[in-house]
Amino acid sequence: MGALSIRDVRKSYQGTEILKGINLEIEKGEFLILVGPSGCGKSTLLSMIAGLDTVSSGEIRIGDRVVNNLSPKDRDIAMVFQSYALYPSMTVRENISFGLEIRKVGKAEQQKIVERVAQTLQIGHLLDRKPSQLSGGQRQRVAMGRAIARDPSLFLFDEPLSNLDAKLRVEMRVEIKQLHQRMGTTIVYVTHDQIEAMTLGDKIAVMKAGEVQQFGTPQQIYDNPANLFVAGFMGSPSMNFIPARVEPMGGGHGVRLESGANSYVFPAVSANGKLKAWEGKEVVFGIRPEQITHKVESSLGAEYIQTASMPISLTEPTGPDTLVLVPVNGREVTCRVHPAHARAPGEKMDLMFDLSKAVFFDPASELRIA
Amino acid sequence: MAEMTSTRNTGQLVGRTIVYGLLVLVCFYYLMPLFVMVTTSLKSLDEIRAGNLLSLPQDPNLDAWGKAWSSACTGVQCEGLAGFFWNSVSFVVPAVLMSTLIGAVNGYVLTMWRFRGSDLLFGLLMIGCFIPFQVVLLPMARTLGAMGIANSTTGLVFVHVVYGLAFTTLFFRNYYVTIPDELVKAAKIDGAGFWLIFRRIILPLSAPIIVVSIIWQFTQVWNDFLFGVVFSSGDRQPITVALNNLVNTSTGVKEYNVDMAAAIIAALPTLFVYVVAGKYFVRGLTAGAVKG
Ligand SMILES: Nc1ncnc2c1ncn2[C@@H]1O[C@H](COP(=O)(O)OP(=O)(O)OP(=O)(O)O)[C@@H](O)[C@H]1O
Ligand SMILES: [Mg+2]
Repeated sequence: MGALSIRDVRKSYQGTEILKGINLEIEKGEFLILVGPSGCGKSTLLSMIAGLDTVSSGEIRIGDRVVNNLSPKDRDIAMVFQSYALYPSMTVRENISFGLEIRKVGKAEQQKIVERVAQTLQIGHLLDRKPSQLSGGQRQRVAMGRAIARDPSLFLFDEPLSNLDAKLRVEMRVEIKQLHQRMGTTIVYVTHDQIEAMTLGDKIAVMKAGEVQQFGTPQQIYDNPANLFVAGFMGSPSMNFIPARVEPMGGGHGVRLESGANSYVFPAVSANGKLKAWEGKEVVFGIRPEQITHKVESSLGAEYIQTASMPISLTEPTGPDTLVLVPVNGREVTCRVHPAHARAPGEKMDLMFDLSKAVFFDPASELRIA
Repeated sequence: MAEMTSTRNTGQLVGRTIVYGLLVLVCFYYLMPLFVMVTTSLKSLDEIRAGNLLSLPQDPNLDAWGKAWSSACTGVQCEGLAGFFWNSVSFVVPAVLMSTLIGAVNGYVLTMWRFRGSDLLFGLLMIGCFIPFQVVLLPMARTLGAMGIANSTTGLVFVHVVYGLAFTTLFFRNYYVTIPDELVKAAKIDGAGFWLIFRRIILPLSAPIIVVSIIWQFTQVWNDFLFGVVFSSGDRQPITVALNNLVNTSTGVKEYNVDMAAAIIAALPTLFVYVVAGKYFVRGLTAGAVKG
């Protein structure tokens, strides 16, 4: 029995379906990420798990209880909101103990819990302040403290970091991850930031337009995207999508790539023969920027390593790597090369393609072929 | 360069002078009647008859005030305004407090606990703001009769609460829409219910709009004449009605000093409320979102 299971959950507002049959299941102690573009229904799903909204159909279980008809306070959950939603008229201490007080926890016990939470989150010196006297990061901590205090079986986070500046966001991300490791709590976490999703999640559900596109571990989703949307959404800079024709090659198949005056056929080694039906037709050839690098002599030789000399149209130094853009089949393709090896725009550069993790999509249905 | 600055300064000076001049003029225009009222109330009848309207009293005394308060005739009886003043207090205070409280609850429901048709309900309530007093007189009289509270303080309180609700609900609703509803969601998850959230989360944020509502309602209800004259009678009438009777009681000479003192007495409470809470009134009307 999972800690949270969502079965065929649907939700309509005034006849328009916002969630179209969601199925998810996580075990106790797992960190589930709901990720997707704005308006895809992440918050809606979260508020239905919280009980702030009702499902149109389907079933939500927390632990071994069906909670469809339970009110939020009976679901044994806590939630951290994007705006933090701290009670403005109460001090930090009162904010944290409010939920305990309502649940009739004794005064002495409340005191103890507040102290413990304050210790965990290092907000001891803030306990007697009002929320308006706190910085964004401090409010964020207090909001988490309020959630931790009740020690619920399920934590819900709705984009808790999106109001923080970039540096603080990274810090808090690490803290949330440490907190999760230390306390072993089950968490559902909504974000539209794919880096947060990759770094925090044990499981990721990528959503789009009210449907789960793919549900799996971060590595599964990164290496084996189910469709074009997932492949493009996860990863930064995102995967290169190159329209390319499938041609027979040796015993198997390859894709034809043209850059400048040169033309290549790269073997589709990762396709395992699944491109047979596509011979002579166009597919979308997907390859991540880090799989196109400068030439490394020691790697050469394997069939999945191919080299090509291509003209550079633009370079973008990021510090650790330089992103080099080259035209392939009419698209600008991003390659991630070591800054020392990057050449200037206008020049040609020897690039090395690692095809072992290349993916292929049906251009019409956008589904994965191989 | 220096020349330009100096012309700009001259221009500014002229502008300032015009603005301040106008303000002084307007102040004068509004304060003049008050001045006349106060000075007249401190004069004796002889001095009023002999003297000039704008002159200062030669021998200021509170005789007229004393008479207005305790012995002037308001119709048949001659007991001054005192009783009627307390009449007014006795129904204005409960009417103001009740309409404010109910308005707050209405606003809370209409923003934080929306239901099917709540917007329609709000729209209908708003029509209440535009209904003139005269329109509700007859139906209200019948209603009060049917409820058995015609001609009573309770009845007058009821009338003012009902009539004021449209306004107080509007105030509170418009204030509460600026409060993020995540606050209520968080409280629900913390386990709080409808009234607890209202009491512990929403009301503590409402001070500015409560002040607005109280000032507005106090002024409206205290100054009301029509409901008072229609729905009360005899010695239960409000001070506004009594003032009218006092001024119109024609027994011999017209005592301007007593009339003026009585008018000021009738106006004092609203003046007092404005002086005490006026700055909150402006602040409350312009209050923005409550950021957590
Ligand atoms: N109460 C409602 N009535 C009607 N439509 C709604 C309601 N709440 C949400 N929606 C619609 O449901 C869709 C999903 O909204 P939701 O808030 O879940 O998106 P989201 O994935 O959380 O987006 P974001 O990343 O911007 O927060 C949106 O198209 C929104 O307009
Ligand atoms: Mg959202």
